[in-house]
Amino acid sequence: MELKGSEIIIKCLEKEGVDVIFGIPGGSVIPLFDKLYSSKVRVILTRHEQGAAHMADGYARASGKVGVCVATSGPGATNLTTGIATAYMDSVPLVAITGQVATHLVGNDAFQEADTTGITRPITKQNYLVTDVRELQDTIAKAFLLARTGRPGPVLIDIPVNIQNETCKFDPHKKNIEIRGYKPTLKGHPKQIRNACDLMLQAKKPILYAGGGIIISDASKELKKLAEKLNVPVTLTLMGIGAFPGDHKLFVGMPGMHGTQTANYAIQNSDLIIAVGVRFDDRVTGRLDKFAPHAKIIHIDIDPTSISKNVSAHIPIVGDCKVVLNQILECLKNKKIEANKTKDWLKKLDEIRKQKPLTYRKDSLLRPQFVVETLYNLTQGKNVIITTEVGQNQMWAEQFFVYREPRTFLTSGGLGTMGYGFPAAIGAKVARPDREVIDIAGDGSFQMNIQELATAKVNGIKVIVLILNNRYLGMVRQWQELFYGKRYSSVFLGDLKAREYWPDFKKVAESYGLIGLRVEKKKDVEPAIKEALKAKETCVIDFRIHEEENVSPMVPGGASLDQILELA
Amino acid sequence: MKHTISALVENRPGVLAKISGLFSARGFNISSLTVGETEVPDVSRMTIVVTGDDRTLEQVVKQLNKLPDVLKVIDFKNEEFIERDLLLIKVSATKETRREIFEVANVFRANVVDISLDSCTLELTGKETKIQAFVKILEPYGIKEMVRAGIVALARGKK
Repeated sequence: MELKGSEIIIKCLEKEGVDVIFGIPGGSVIPLFDKLYSSKVRVILTRHEQGAAHMADGYARASGKVGVCVATSGPGATNLTTGIATAYMDSVPLVAITGQVATHLVGNDAFQEADTTGITRPITKQNYLVTDVRELQDTIAKAFLLARTGRPGPVLIDIPVNIQNETCKFDPHKKNIEIRGYKPTLKGHPKQIRNACDLMLQAKKPILYAGGGIIISDASKELKKLAEKLNVPVTLTLMGIGAFPGDHKLFVGMPGMHGTQTANYAIQNSDLIIAVGVRFDDRVTGRLDKFAPHAKIIHIDIDPTSISKNVSAHIPIVGDCKVVLNQILECLKNKKIEANKTKDWLKKLDEIRKQKPLTYRKDSLLRPQFVVETLYNLTQGKNVIITTEVGQNQMWAEQFFVYREPRTFLTSGGLGTMGYGFPAAIGAKVARPDREVIDIAGDGSFQMNIQELATAKVNGIKVIVLILNNRYLGMVRQWQELFYGKRYSSVFLGDLKAREYWPDFKKVAESYGLIGLRVEKKKDVEPAIKEALKAKETCVIDFRIHEEENVSPMVPGGASLDQILELA
Repeated sequence: MKHTISALVENRPGVLAKISGLFSARGFNISSLTVGETEVPDVSRMTIVVTGDDRTLEQVVKQLNKLPDVLKVIDFKNEEFIERDLLLIKVSATKETRREIFEVANVFRANVVDISLDSCTLELTGKETKIQAFVKILEPYGIKEMVRAGIVALARGKK
């Protein structure tokens, strides 16, 4: 069957099961959008390409499917890059399709030309510039295969406008494609599995340190099974939140810079760290040479480059988390497990949890933690997906809400992209219309993609935005307060003279035809959230919180996990 | 420490940029990098010499393996291999010194590939140490220009 390039793209998207794409047209993708006009694929027109990339990302994280975003050449493509880099750092399956100037103009500094594959090379798992329409079908198939398998990630396909208009044969029955240089290892080495099990059975102070890999490989059940079988405490990284029930008695919270006292104590005093689907990020480890000084380390990850990159593993196991955890469970089946071995260890951790819980001052001031806690009390964390922006709001959203299921906490962990949460919430809602999707935001972050209020309005996508408004770039202000002698340089977002709030978020929401609410007192928090939950439209609540609230506890940058500041 | 790595890669545009970009982004120091065709038309061989400790090398090899465009990575750490570099060197040569320079070239089994009134150009193939020694001996005569192709390497014996 002879088809135009633009039609081939649509056919391939349909074949990959894509039902929605996020994007904005432009000169180099008009042929593609012309075919989208009459296709079954739903197009969500965003107001900025960055929004499109984050929506595709939110869609992917909420559903586990590949998210797709589309933009034109030049500025359209460069606007996608922050979203692509965000997805790359957090291993999110994403396919970005960009238009490019016609092949005869490539390299001529043509109008709206940018070297898109050059720019995105270090932030994609793979990228392609299609210079022959006959390669289009295979290239798209490869892109989806790479995006979704192994350690997932974004793949970009740059398609010159003339390629979209040229015709060639399309084979609707083409078999699955293979990439000869790409064969992710899924199964762990049996000998390493046995060695790991031996260590697990001997350990007196073990801890399971699990992350985003559990969610990606759908291994929550296996993780829980292993933890309960060995009676081992579990700590989850920011990317892993939801992979293990947050109210489980073995859960000790998140480790690292703003982690719990219990989790950090556990890591620093552990004799065995069982790391699964994590990458020992600097925000987790703190000072490397003082990290977990007594522990042997078993490190399970599908990406060999993550193993022994920052912290040397005693037992490295390359493989898919789910497959490897099942291998371990199988190996432990016939072994005698002394459940009492970890009794003293768990008791000690329980004591710390009781003595040093996550807390905040419970006075008459409107504090952000109270807002998050109230949201939890009203929803019980059921049937919701929480997205966050980046900074203080992100940490409070993690600390004062209980997550029990995977894919319910979507946050930019690796890149730390302010402006992620709101468009990601829209994407998540498109993937899971049955869920209440709530962006826990800061006033600084929300303004970085505030234009997507129009996308929510026009497409009838209901999400809730809770702005913890302190008029500051709060996390930077916190560092300036603690480490720079309170010199608040360029962090105040209000009007220094009039001490006014700009913008008035309530009015902003209303000007987009949406619901805007403002809360200044503690007693108004609950009714406002209730109203937002009941609303049929997107609702923005401006919580004017205590301005100089800090995230606590805190391990200062570069310090070891033993050096914890209590700021509450 | 210097390590020689050989990588078989897809022979298509952008692959060299991907690999050199990986090295710079991860802070790995390349001493030399060569690319050339192999017995298979759509596969190129890259020979990369990197400086770093064992841990850096381990990361380099893993990172290379991770790229879908890389088909195979061979680290010559544990293998017998042959390595060669090619040198072209233009040395000042007058009537008086020319004969001496030719003698040096002879000892090193270098070829004279060009000659002018005040200079001559020599070609030498060999291991890095041999090339370094040759350059050192020629230095007193005055080196006008020189270029090295970079190291290429193959494992000994069986494929």
